[in-house]
Amino acid sequence: MSEHPSTYDPKTGVEKWLDQRLPIVRLAYDSFVDYPTPRNLNYWWTFGGILSVCLVIQIITGIILAMHYVPHIDHAFASVERIMRDVNYGWLIRYVHANGASMFFFAVFIHMFRGLYYGSYKAPREVLWILGCIIFFLMIATAFMGYVLPWGQMSFHGAVVITNLIGSIPVIGGPILTWLQGGFAVDQPTLNRFFSLHYLLPFVIAGVVILHIWALHVTGQNNPAGVEIKSKEDTVPFTPYATVKDGLGIIIFLFLFAIFAFFLPNSLGHADNYIPANPLVTPAHIVPEWYLLPFYAILRAVPDKFMGVVAMFAAIAVIFILPWLDTSKVKSMRYRPVMRWFFVIFAVVCLGLGWCGAQLPDTPVIPGLPSFTLLDGAFNSYLWLTRFLTLYYFAFFLVIMPWIGLKEEPLPVPASISEAILAEHAKKKG
Amino acid sequence: MSEPEKDHGGEGDPNRRDFIYIAAGAAAVGAVGAVVVPLVAQMNPAADTLAMASTEFDLSKVSEGMQVVIKWRGKPLFIRYRTPKEIAEAQDVNLSELRDPQADSDRVTKGKEQYLILVGSCTHLGCVPTFGEGQFGGWFCPCHGSHYDTSGRIRLGPAPKNLVVPTYEYLTDTRVKIG
Repeated sequence: MSEHPSTYDPKTGVEKWLDQRLPIVRLAYDSFVDYPTPRNLNYWWTFGGILSVCLVIQIITGIILAMHYVPHIDHAFASVERIMRDVNYGWLIRYVHANGASMFFFAVFIHMFRGLYYGSYKAPREVLWILGCIIFFLMIATAFMGYVLPWGQMSFHGAVVITNLIGSIPVIGGPILTWLQGGFAVDQPTLNRFFSLHYLLPFVIAGVVILHIWALHVTGQNNPAGVEIKSKEDTVPFTPYATVKDGLGIIIFLFLFAIFAFFLPNSLGHADNYIPANPLVTPAHIVPEWYLLPFYAILRAVPDKFMGVVAMFAAIAVIFILPWLDTSKVKSMRYRPVMRWFFVIFAVVCLGLGWCGAQLPDTPVIPGLPSFTLLDGAFNSYLWLTRFLTLYYFAFFLVIMPWIGLKEEPLPVPASISEAILAEHAKKKG
Repeated sequence: MSEPEKDHGGEGDPNRRDFIYIAAGAAAVGAVGAVVVPLVAQMNPAADTLAMASTEFDLSKVSEGMQVVIKWRGKPLFIRYRTPKEIAEAQDVNLSELRDPQADSDRVTKGKEQYLILVGSCTHLGCVPTFGEGQFGGWFCPCHGSHYDTSGRIRLGPAPKNLVVPTYEYLTDTRVKIG
């Protein structure tokens, strides 16, 4: 909270000297040591710290990989194989980087769903939420360009399909596509610029992360009760309480990370990407990385090419305007008995969209079940399942959010964080 | 700080300071434009990329019922020697059934109906369709299930347009220049 007075007291002469010239130690102390943290934060709140660790891991391993990688269509694939076989610990650094992207998205999805459940996007945290959405969008762009760099079959044809999305924009799409690709197809200029941007964007993300944390410290953290901090009884100092809790969360997260990096390093990837890129042959089944599958499913759900692209971008854009779609005054869904069920369905729908994104559209959902043709496809197919899930995805934001907020009778909200904790303790004892 | 009397025009009249603001603002806009143009234009195809824009091919290398795939402008180019059955199928289609109506005769050179030259890039999202699969005897795109007929016209699936016929000319009876 901005009104939180600084309690930093420089002790040594050097600290005093620096504090009068650049109060950077004071900033760190007030932000991460004596910062007042809601005392009821649960483990879902450790994902902010986990995500910071993810970003640092990606930047460090990425800079090392760039020392050995060659951004040329004739050498990129071989240079990645050289990293895997010849560079000292190259296999480790690349596997950490490649799986690190998946871990990063895993953590960011949990972080976003936590914000959604506890109403962390509501006033006064709208800017904080939008900055988070910008980070998410930048992460998607960065991950996509990073996936192109090994120049395998999936890299190449993924880049073809995704850049062609831009080409579907009426009139100006074609020239923009040529401009993006730097030629008439995905080729050397495309690879070279993707490498440049893949190196740049993580630092842009780091910049927006600083703004995200700044906005967080202006409004203060939300908490599971969804009521604002009212007195000193509601808070504990960031250190040691939040640092230790975050630390434990990070350690457990790194266990999961290590399981993938050491024992299942290719389980989240695609075997076709170990075949060098060949512009003349497309792999039989082309899919994006798992974390983009829900958006890919939405793209395919719409029969019109351009409208499919619009729907896919709208699926991300709608998250940006969420603070103005939710009409409820109650932040935390703990006290929203109706909305929490729609939230659970929404989470299942997102997982379902991810599942559909990995299937061929014409495949029957339940094999052997008799089906009939509805408009342009069999009813018992992933095409129609995807359409229903897509419909719920948008309805959740555009219809359910505004409507339930007005109609729902919320449970009594505690007067303060400390009261919520005392009530919980009493319930446990009684 | 008082300003000289003569700098002030009447109410709403421009004076010398207004002129300096507008002139400086206009110069700044012009300067930004001059900086943006090269920064944006460098992303467009370079001179050497444009120089590779055309290619020549000897049609005698393709035998009947066969398809040769060559690379042109970074994309595959299908050069197909069609069988009489395929040509007949392509010509017999009722144009009103087509999503992107175009007669087969507009997609090949007159007297050379057997040679069909196409950009092998699905008009949906640019995957490479394969020949021999699909419901219309022509190409099928594995990515999102678009079906093309023996003239490369879109018949079913998400693609909006027919496979593109590039501009080409016959240099000799069997030699074509594409692009």
